[in-house]
Amino acid sequence: MARIELIDVVKRFKGETVIPNLNLTIREGSFTVLVGPSGCGKSTTLRMIAGLERQTSGDIRIDGELVNDTEPGKRDVAMVFQNYALYPNMTVRGNIEFGLKNRGVPKRERERLIRDICEIAGLTPYLDKKPQSLSGGQRQRVALARAMVKNPKVFILDEPLSNLDAKLRGQMRTELIELHKRLGTTFVYVTHDQVEAMSMGDRIVVMNKGEVMQAAPPMVLYEDPDNLFTAQFIGTPPMNVLPASRLPGLRTEGEGHAEFVGFRPEHALLSPETAELTREGLVIAGQIATRESLGAEQVYKLRCEAGSFFVKSFLNPYVGGDFALAVVPFERLYFFDRDGNRLRRLRAVRPQLAAAGV
Amino acid sequence: MSMNDAGRRSAIGQAAGVRRPLAVRRIRAVLEAMLFAANRACMLLLVCAFALPFAWMLSTSLKTLPETMIFPPEWIPAEPVWSNYAVAWNSGPFLTYLLNSFIVSVGILILQMLTIIPAAYAFARFRFPGKGLLFGLVMATLMIPAQLIFLPVYLMLSDWKLLNTHLALILPFASSAFGIFLLRQSFMQTAEELIEAARLDNAPEWKIMLRIMAPLARPVLVTFALFSFITHWNDYFWPLVMTTNESARTLPLGIAKIRETEGTATWNVLMAANVMLAVPVLLAFFAAQRQIIRAFVYSGVK
Ligand SMILES: Nc1ncnc2c1ncn2[C@@H]1O[C@H](COP(=O)(O)OP(=O)(O)O)[C@@H](O)[C@H]1O
Ligand SMILES: [Mg+2]
Repeated sequence: MARIELIDVVKRFKGETVIPNLNLTIREGSFTVLVGPSGCGKSTTLRMIAGLERQTSGDIRIDGELVNDTEPGKRDVAMVFQNYALYPNMTVRGNIEFGLKNRGVPKRERERLIRDICEIAGLTPYLDKKPQSLSGGQRQRVALARAMVKNPKVFILDEPLSNLDAKLRGQMRTELIELHKRLGTTFVYVTHDQVEAMSMGDRIVVMNKGEVMQAAPPMVLYEDPDNLFTAQFIGTPPMNVLPASRLPGLRTEGEGHAEFVGFRPEHALLSPETAELTREGLVIAGQIATRESLGAEQVYKLRCEAGSFFVKSFLNPYVGGDFALAVVPFERLYFFDRDGNRLRRLRAVRPQLAAAGV
Repeated sequence: MSMNDAGRRSAIGQAAGVRRPLAVRRIRAVLEAMLFAANRACMLLLVCAFALPFAWMLSTSLKTLPETMIFPPEWIPAEPVWSNYAVAWNSGPFLTYLLNSFIVSVGILILQMLTIIPAAYAFARFRFPGKGLLFGLVMATLMIPAQLIFLPVYLMLSDWKLLNTHLALILPFASSAFGIFLLRQSFMQTAEELIEAARLDNAPEWKIMLRIMAPLARPVLVTFALFSFITHWNDYFWPLVMTTNESARTLPLGIAKIRETEGTATWNVLMAANVMLAVPVLLAFFAAQRQIIRAFVYSGVK
């Protein structure tokens, strides 16, 4: 179990700055997920923690100890790679044993450790097989077993599930969560998939272009995003964002000038144009462009004067025709300034005049 | 491809009604059969080009001397003359030649393995000043024929009192630019993640080289080993220049001597000796066959 600190970390590749200035603390024992679009520097961050890549400047501490000059093999970090990176010329046993041998663990001890770990990972029948003859899921387990057997301070996983099919991925997700609970070790997990991030992490670090946009528990990211990027990265479909100036029904009070207004698709309610509005909130009139039914929920795409947005409903399908009023409760509106930063001190209020003219 | 075919066929079918597709299909079948036949014919031609001389050597090695001169030549000797082999074997110190050939070929092979693996590994994996220049120099040696450098090497070995020893035949080939090049390519294709995984497993550099990289390059290593073995097993020029007596001479020299000593060329005995020369090469080839095929279809990890 260990805490990882990145302090003023900068990474450049041949003059191209990939990570301009990263300050991040990964709590000990946490399941921290780094999430962000492809190419935002997640893998680079992981690789710097593992010691496979050296930061251009800044410090990295693991368990309080400065590891800038520590070899990867000596950092007490185990990594699971996206394509598993199993040694193809070695058997499952050989793969798991290699790291132990290099650390000078005596043979007796090695055999005990391998037996135990294979019991846990369900690999006992495959000990003498080569990785090529195993299925994707089994290879994944070998990669995990190889990492676990070293009993590292930190587990690092770089998109470990992206090569598996959907069903197996779901299963491995649960297994990894359980594994983390049992080991209590710090997990640093990278994915570009926000659903995976939300369902696995107890702490999520949203990254963009080498910068941390927000680091928080999943529900905080969802309910209280710091900025437009996070708001639009989390959620399916993501948060709707419309320019404030094109929403005539909107009145705000408080500090700051809202450039953008956001709301989650699931917080808007559709009503027919003719209906008496019973709830108080921002009303946006729109035309329904597409409807998508996912069984329990319906997703509508609406087009309005300010742009298009989604509405997600768990109620019965909307039957009011092609036009609808979307009503978003005032307290469910999020405001952002021109740079995309959240304006937390701004509130929406009921307009002086009735909103009927929208 | 099959989808394309299906698409094309149905397009033709739509255009021409019901009857034509059958004809089209028939033409296609004939064309395919012709292509197949042409393909096989080419293969057969290739096999003949390589197998016929070999068969001719075998056949000649079992003939009497007059039979080798018959015109038109005959493929099967009236009665196989096995004694040609005994004559060839006894015409000189063939056991010594054979041993020398083995010592030299295998010695070269071992030294080459010891030198090309680390060299290729360094060129593939490390960045160091002068790397480009050094690699260029190594590659440049590929273009220098032995005939160009044998004199200085001869003088040097003579200085070192190594003429007429196995070392004179082994040391000049202790490394191979071709091997370094081939292996470097193979090392450069190895997935970076494997090396990184090994580094995280606390593996020292030599272990990454010998336990991870070299086994992955095995088909290339085996192929190179075979090329090297055949080259030096059959080499005539170098042993000829570096030896003046029988003590370190190799088989090809011994065989050449049969031709010199007998006045008229005794082709049957000569061919018997040649068969004996070729057998170890054939054995080595069959042993390495699977690996060689893999070396040419090898496609990296997974
Ligand atoms: N070895 C490298 N040399 C040059 N550029 C690199 C290297 N590794 C990564 N990059 C660049 O750094 C950026 C971040 O890459 P990466 O950390 O792999 O992103 P992610 O894992 O978030 O998809 C990308 O633009 C990539 O092209
Ligand atoms: Mg990545």
